Amino acid sequence: MPTVLSETGTFAVPSGAGLLLSPADAERVTGWALKPEGMCRDDLCVPLTGAMQQGGRIDVAAFWRHLGNPVASDRGGETWVLGTAPEARNEALAGLMAPDFELPDLTGKLHRLSDYRGQKVFLTTWASW
Amino acid sequence: MWQDLQDCLFDAPFTVIAVAEEGRGPEQARPWIEQARPGYPCLIDSDHRVSALYGMVNVPQCVWIDERGVIVRPPETAGSTDHFRRMDMATRTMAPELVEARLAARAAYFQAVRDWVRTGKHALPGDAARARLPVITAAMAQADALFRLALHLRRLGQDGEAAEHFAEASRLHPDSWSMFRDSQVLEPSGFAGGAAFWERVNALGDKPYYPQPVL
Repeated sequence: MPTVLSETGTFAVPSGAGLLLSPADAERVTGWALKPEGMCRDDLCVPLTGAMQQGGRIDVAAFWRHLGNPVASDRGGETWVLGTAPEARNEALAGLMAPDFELPDLTGKLHRLSDYRGQKVFLTTWASW
Repeated sequence: MWQDLQDCLFDAPFTVIAVAEEGRGPEQARPWIEQARPGYPCLIDSDHRVSALYGMVNVPQCVWIDERGVIVRPPETAGSTDHFRRMDMATRTMAPELVEARLAARAAYFQAVRDWVRTGKHALPGDAARARLPVITAAMAQADALFRLALHLRRLGQDGEAAEHFAEASRLHPDSWSMFRDSQVLEPSGFAGGAAFWERVNALGDKPYYPQPVL
């Protein structure tokens, strides 16, 4: 089964040409729900063009690109990455609130950056390579 | 490396959070973490998410975040220097004066962190911090998606196609040393420090590999 990697997680989706998904699967992987007005998230709705729909299914790759987001896939269409637009990244940083994330330590325990609110944090990266 | 920093500030509301940008997963980082026995969170970031969120391009880079969760110093080199570029390539060693200069630079940077924790010094006001933020471009965002795809394909054993997407990611985001190095075949030592790396470093000319923070 094809895999979709997004900001919110990793999702298995039914096989199909491109990334044509049912509205339910589209909502699961994107967080956007199909309504009469189009694809909606919170208070925002984006109308779907004909090119983004086919036989009751949604071309999620086309929709994601339409939002201005990058999309990457392997040659076989088995792995898809729904990326984040540069505008969203830059807006998040410009507010100067440190973007939150959740990552495991070596024991597998998950830590959120926001768990450490109330202390000064020296957030640093490293690698064995 | 940062344990001394944490130890010096044991009585302050302060923590180091060390994030390992390890595309090959926790086992790469494990020997280093277990040897260091750190008293602060050491997290495994196998998709380079933190680099993508903060616009980081190399390791070690750091961000200083205050008690409210506000960035007071955007991403900058975390105490490392370019002295390694003058290493003796035959013996892979550095002259004592270079080692000393490198240690002095790191010590000075960590002193600055301590000064920040104790007195607030070096924290940048909003506009100054914003002016130093990295600017994410469409090419960099596409590179991030391709890099994430390549990491996933490599985990599945599809090294050939992964290599193509790694190469395209580096082409779109040539300033990212993390993308370049974590895509390389590793030397037996575990470092991505082969001929391709040195060629790329030498191509920098006078440009720094590790730009120095302006304190």
